[in-house]
Amino acid sequence: MTEKSIGKSVLRREDMRFITGKGQYTDDINLRGQAYGYFVRSPYAHADIGEVDISVATDMPGVIAVLTGQALAADEVGSLPCGWMIHSKDGSEMKQPPHPVMAAARVNYVGEPVALVVADSYMEAKNAAEVVAVDYSERDPVVAPGDARSAPAIYEDVPENTCYQWELGDREATESAIAAAAHVTSYELTNNRLIPNAMEPRAAIADFNAATEDLTLYTTSQNPHLVRLILTAFIQLAPEHRLRVIAPDVGGGFGSKIFVYSEETALAWASMKLGIAIKWTAERSESFLADAHGRDHVTTAQLAMDEQGRFLGLKVKTTANMGAYLSTFASSVPTYLYGTLLAGQYKTPNIYVEVDAVFTNTAPVDAYRGAGRPEATFLLERIVELAARETGRDPVELRRINLIQPGDFPYQTPVALEYDIGDYEASLNRALEMAEYDTFAERKAASEAKGHLRGIGFSCYIEACGLAPSQVAGQLGAGVGLWESGEVRVNPTGSVTVLTGTHSHGQGHETTFAQLVASRFGIPVDDVEVVHGDTGKLDFGLGTYGSRSLAVGGSALAKAADKVVEKGRLIAAHLLDTDAGNIDFDDGEYRVKDSNQSRTFQEIAFAAYVPHDYPLEDLEPGLAEKAFYDPGNFTYPAGTHICEVEIDPETGVVAIDRFTAVDDFGNIINPMIVEGQVHGGIAQGIGQALLETCVYDETGQLQTGSYMDYCMPRADDLPDFSVGLTNTPCTHNPVGAKGCGEAGAIGSPPAVINAITDAVGVRDIPMPATPEKIWRAIQEVRA
Amino acid sequence: MSISVTLSINGKSVTRDCPANTTLVELLREKLHLTGTHVGCDTSQCGTCTVHMNGRAIKACTILAVQCDGAEVTTIEGLGSADNLHPMQEAFRECHGLQCGFCTPGMIMSAVDLVNREENLDERVIREGLEGNICRCTGYHNIVRAVETAANRMRN
Repeated sequence: MTEKSIGKSVLRREDMRFITGKGQYTDDINLRGQAYGYFVRSPYAHADIGEVDISVATDMPGVIAVLTGQALAADEVGSLPCGWMIHSKDGSEMKQPPHPVMAAARVNYVGEPVALVVADSYMEAKNAAEVVAVDYSERDPVVAPGDARSAPAIYEDVPENTCYQWELGDREATESAIAAAAHVTSYELTNNRLIPNAMEPRAAIADFNAATEDLTLYTTSQNPHLVRLILTAFIQLAPEHRLRVIAPDVGGGFGSKIFVYSEETALAWASMKLGIAIKWTAERSESFLADAHGRDHVTTAQLAMDEQGRFLGLKVKTTANMGAYLSTFASSVPTYLYGTLLAGQYKTPNIYVEVDAVFTNTAPVDAYRGAGRPEATFLLERIVELAARETGRDPVELRRINLIQPGDFPYQTPVALEYDIGDYEASLNRALEMAEYDTFAERKAASEAKGHLRGIGFSCYIEACGLAPSQVAGQLGAGVGLWESGEVRVNPTGSVTVLTGTHSHGQGHETTFAQLVASRFGIPVDDVEVVHGDTGKLDFGLGTYGSRSLAVGGSALAKAADKVVEKGRLIAAHLLDTDAGNIDFDDGEYRVKDSNQSRTFQEIAFAAYVPHDYPLEDLEPGLAEKAFYDPGNFTYPAGTHICEVEIDPETGVVAIDRFTAVDDFGNIINPMIVEGQVHGGIAQGIGQALLETCVYDETGQLQTGSYMDYCMPRADDLPDFSVGLTNTPCTHNPVGAKGCGEAGAIGSPPAVINAITDAVGVRDIPMPATPEKIWRAIQEVRA
Repeated sequence: MSISVTLSINGKSVTRDCPANTTLVELLREKLHLTGTHVGCDTSQCGTCTVHMNGRAIKACTILAVQCDGAEVTTIEGLGSADNLHPMQEAFRECHGLQCGFCTPGMIMSAVDLVNREENLDERVIREGLEGNICRCTGYHNIVRAVETAANRMRN
């Protein structure tokens, strides 16, 4: 039986366990004799820690130990590192203040861990944590990023609270272009701070085996090997070969589970110190306080055009909030994932961007779905919209005349990236057709007839995915390589076990990767099993983020599968008594050219493991291959999103009447899964545009610390989505795939805000565009 | 203080001693190892802990185990099995109504109750009926399709 499943919406094999309640998330795991951890967290945004009195807590029922940040410091547990070194424009290295696993001397944000209580039960740990008495002396906090540079320094050796001042592009040329332009559009904006809110709160179980001195850490991670690397190489908790990190079923990540956090690190240390297994599961309140947040940019920009509307230059100045400490990849987000994307889909010849990254007394900020690229897209697609309105041009036509054309590839942007391929106008045209743009005026008139406002908004986004290549990333400051590994093990019966260094936490890799490998072998998808998420099973991998899994991890698997096919060809040649060059492989069969002599893939596998008739002098037995794939370039998914809204002017409530997304993700393995990724991304983008925002008050207290206060998109907040695809296959990876995980969250926010401001007839409404803000804007327009 | 609680869970009678402040979801997860019912928040907002009590969807994080004494409770594990899926489970799979799977058990339990109690289901009614269950992955589009699909099958 043979099967080609590439491009088919194969139902997900992982679903059966999830729909029957058999999924195994970290909190579902219980080890014999495990204790429970609960963290004492700072109630202040900025304070010195005096005495920490643990005596009452230690005597509470069930308490095994109370471990303070001071005890952790005494054990010389290392600082949590940031994995990307950014250099300022003067050449100096970014400032990286120590990020203690638990605070010992000073706390720098509300929710920062100060002590860990370990007890027989969760409630006993929590009750004892209540009576750990920490003597705090409050200091003035710095909260808003715009205030950070003029505020007193949080860290003595970080003047003006500035982590780095980075730049990219040609300042002089850009300023000259702006000075000589026929029209210049200016825009100031805040990209609102978000809290990722994967539905599964973070959790960990650390299990130190005193007999073998092995430490096993179960954790809610998108990249278990990276956790192992950081805990060993940087924090030096345990040798790499003695540490096994398992990320079982993980309930969503969206970036927030990339990072190595205090909690699992402290738990691992405590487990080794006490010689017992310890489990911690975040309460949602802890997730709000202590998961890495996203976005939080303040930006001013100028876009220059000539008389025909051609873009001449773009100048951008951004202040990016890092929070209190540099989280694992925080520094790369507002630089190489943001500034490099400011060309968008356009042939803007001159671009210059400056980014000041600042520290504040808030939770660390790091990558959240899109990570830098949504911020770049929002800025660009809003300022292009404003430019169209200011000069009386159709926003579609202004975009169209500036688009990079298919003949322009490879296209070198003025901000470092070289786009390999795309057809942006094809996506734009398809989106216009699906959104029925040509009849928008009729719908607008119908809305107006009933006293409602209607508007349409466009967004032509591009993103850079599949972070790459390692050599370039290394030159730019990355602390890790950016390849991926994969292993394809053909079992003696011809079934296949695939191991990948990527991690699936909703993306459906167990299905997609099985389709990919099964198609290469011409065997049924059900004969391929995909294994991920366990450092004990695969040597190394870099995990899942930046929409990289198929483009990079899938490419590694394709390479490994191709090696298997080639070894199989040698075995087949021996069995069929011919030269390997005389053997074709297709549809699960090795066949001698121009003959009916053949062997099935399964027969070859069996021969490899039962080598009774086998070229043992030339070839090792067995049929398993590994591959590492280091991409030659980023991939560049791109597309057009169109949002059409109707607004009730009496309430300011927005109804998204239709939302259209047309994306070019290159080759698609499973269209059903890809559409699902787009839907979810759009929902998060609409969430940012309409509902979500993280608010700290002036004392640094989190005001949006629960689902009562932080407005998550719910089913009745969102419309159905209309999703279409175009395809220019990626030119430089063997799958031809570009990545689809983040596009929805990148493309959608400006489309929504462009639509709302079009409907209301105002220049800007800051995100989130709540009914109150919209209602007030309508009143101003009417006044 | 421990209190003895007897209730029917997925058709089986269960008696356990539990502290008076034990919630139903703690009883399910910690004592009975029915880990399909999840905990996603601490304010009764997310709905990942949704189960059926006496045929109606409730949030198991916001009811004490002792309040369930004598009740019939159905969890995702009792709704259907891999060999005998409930039409709602089947439809979630067919329509790709789940991604990470964490909200899924609660979402399915809410959706079954919604179909059972609402006669006139349309997209708007489904969206409003699932307002108490948060999903961060799917954008709800395919969840709505799944509920429509299952409702048709449950009624025909």
